[in-house]
Amino acid sequence: MIDTKRGIDPSGAPLLQVRGVRKAYRSGAGMLEVLRGVDFEVEPAGFVSVIGQSGSGKSTLLHLMGLLDAPDAGEVHLAGQRIDNLPSARRDRLRNTDIGMVFQAYHLLPELSALENVLAPLLVRFSITEWFRRKGEARRQAEALLDRFGLRGRLHHKPRQLSGGEMQRVAIARALVGQPRLLLADEPTGNLDEETGGGILDTLCELNHADGLSIVLVTHDPSIARRADRIVRLVAGRVEQA
Amino acid sequence: MYTLLLCWRYLRTRWIALASVISVTLGVATMIVVNAVMAGFAHEMQSRIHGILSDIVFESHSLSGFQDPQWHMEEIRRAGGDDIEGMTPTVAVPAMLNFQVRGQWVPRQIMLIGIDETTHAQVSDFGRYLQHPDNRRQLSFGLRDGGYDTIDSQTDDQQVATRPALEGAGWPHRRMRVERERAWRQRQAELEGAEQAGAGSRGGGPVRPVDHQVDAVLAETTPAVATAAAPPDELPPTAEAHPPTAPLDPFRAAKPEEEGRTFDPSREQFTGIVPGIGLASFRDSSGIDRFLILPGDDVKITFPTARTPPQAVTDTFTIVDFYESKMSEYDSNFVFVPIEQLEKARGMIDPQTGLPSVNSIQIRLRPGADLDTVRDRLRQSFPADMYAVSSWKDKQGPLLSAVDMEMAVLNILLFMIVAVAGFGILAIFFMIVVEKTRDIGILKSLGASSAGVAGIFLGYGLFLGLVGAGAGLALGLGITWNINRIRTVVEWCTGERVFDPSIYYFSRIPTIVDAWTVAWIIAGAVGIAVAASVLPALRAARLHPVEALRHD
Repeated sequence: MIDTKRGIDPSGAPLLQVRGVRKAYRSGAGMLEVLRGVDFEVEPAGFVSVIGQSGSGKSTLLHLMGLLDAPDAGEVHLAGQRIDNLPSARRDRLRNTDIGMVFQAYHLLPELSALENVLAPLLVRFSITEWFRRKGEARRQAEALLDRFGLRGRLHHKPRQLSGGEMQRVAIARALVGQPRLLLADEPTGNLDEETGGGILDTLCELNHADGLSIVLVTHDPSIARRADRIVRLVAGRVEQA
Repeated sequence: MYTLLLCWRYLRTRWIALASVISVTLGVATMIVVNAVMAGFAHEMQSRIHGILSDIVFESHSLSGFQDPQWHMEEIRRAGGDDIEGMTPTVAVPAMLNFQVRGQWVPRQIMLIGIDETTHAQVSDFGRYLQHPDNRRQLSFGLRDGGYDTIDSQTDDQQVATRPALEGAGWPHRRMRVERERAWRQRQAELEGAEQAGAGSRGGGPVRPVDHQVDAVLAETTPAVATAAAPPDELPPTAEAHPPTAPLDPFRAAKPEEEGRTFDPSREQFTGIVPGIGLASFRDSSGIDRFLILPGDDVKITFPTARTPPQAVTDTFTIVDFYESKMSEYDSNFVFVPIEQLEKARGMIDPQTGLPSVNSIQIRLRPGADLDTVRDRLRQSFPADMYAVSSWKDKQGPLLSAVDMEMAVLNILLFMIVAVAGFGILAIFFMIVVEKTRDIGILKSLGASSAGVAGIFLGYGLFLGLVGAGAGLALGLGITWNINRIRTVVEWCTGERVFDPSIYYFSRIPTIVDAWTVAWIIAGAVGIAVAASVLPALRAARLHPVEALRHD
């Protein structure tokens, strides 16, 4: 039901490719090198876990893939096209249309209801006139997603009225409503108890298997990482294939 | 689209931001009220000045004026053409007015204006400002037999008799006064006879001691303020007691009194005059006008003749009405007399030709005629070194421009208040941006552009500005439209007069709400709110998404 297979390179090339990416942050007087040349790829409809200690650079890598930050060196390619050096307007657009993100702290907008939070990417995408033309369609889409995640009765609740698991499911619905090619999840179960977290992981697996959505899951927990097809271990800013 | 939605949500959930626009609201309300009141005052003043001055004043530079007003008026009509509706000649000279109140002579500095009683009311609103209804229809310098308004005819709202003293003014007052004066004189003569019989001859003329004694008796028996409504025995002689024989006066011939005949003040009057009401009365704290002199009283006026060098002559006149333009400058300065009498008294009539001279010709234009064009046409037709042609606006230029200036300065000052409110918005917006840092990161992670994020806060500022200015508009208009009611309440609460009609001469605070002024105020206030949100919006736009997401 979610169209995630558009734009797949017929040559069978990877959907996402990270080549020799380096990133350093200013830390006090010196520079802290977080990523020291990471090579990494995600095949279409793949499910990759990135595992590593706290501070190993896994979140930074996710931010680079999600175009929230730019690498100091190296390249990021999406479906064969280099995306890390695009002008900011194109990057904003790409982030909106091709990439969905889920965070550990849910990151819902507190002023908006569950439904409005899910609609947020479409609100960002459409201009006012376009929005009014496609409002009904977008709303149906968002409601269907929330329905699928068992949130039918929670459409008009504000985030603070929802439980952690519910908030994370709203966040996943928000990441999916724009029909992205790639879902980036940063410790999505980190704030949840084991059972609820397991439910979230089940949802992600199902999205991967049933809808063919490519997923990158960042976690520090090996048991969670094992749910993915492939595990990439990040140690001190470098990839250690498991 | 998210910009609008989030603006709206922030507006509804961040009430603290509304606190910052209260100052915008107050500033806007104050500006609207002040502008409305100032415009009301300016308009009231302009219309009064205009009413007093006629449209165009044609005058000579010299005090002795120019000869043959009839010829001048024909010339003016030829130059002005159809635009001229009416004309009237006037003679104006500085003079001194003297009248007696409770035995004391009160001098006033005045402008004595000779007017043509038939045509003067046609060129200005002069007629509207008189106190007798018949004089308002057609001015007469003859004393009326009572019937003066005790209610101010120019106020529309309060039907309260603020001038009870005018009740008996006119001939009844004059007869009563003359009777009382005769009684005083009789008694004085008896006293004098008794004194002379008792103490023998005393030095001094017969007149002075008489006055002293009259004053002494007055001081014992008279109440504080002279009113015609008071019982006759309490009424003091409010004007000079005229001796039956005329004093040495070169212009006696102009009087109703003739040689060889006794002037009877109870049935006859001197030349009528209409003084400004401010010369003759004052308003007490309860809003009642107290009169020092009334129609029917006689006064003395000293004025210069038209000879070279001018000489001062003194003449006696009878008050027949009061002039009240509600411009205190005029009401306490102008005294109107019949123009022929003044011309004769000043020697302005050429003995050879019999042609009079006048100082100026007042011109009224037909409605819709352009003031400045007609003025310029007249200026071209007459030599500028002899005649001055000015419109009523030119005449009151300094006053009108002072009012304009006052309004401009007030507006600048009040706009500063709104600008200060802008800084409040700036500070609160910075706080909101900090508070919303994580949300800004979220929006950016969803693909919102920096411009879009900035747009949220700019739009927020715009909304707040609109809300603040809108509330200010409502408040300002509410205050303006109910300002007189509010005044009453404030006066009732504090017990002090907020708007003293004895100072302003208006019984109500005049207001005019000008749509353009209001529009400018609103636009300015909204502009300031938007301008104040620019910096916080830029800061929000430049937040790094990763750092913003990490923010707690």
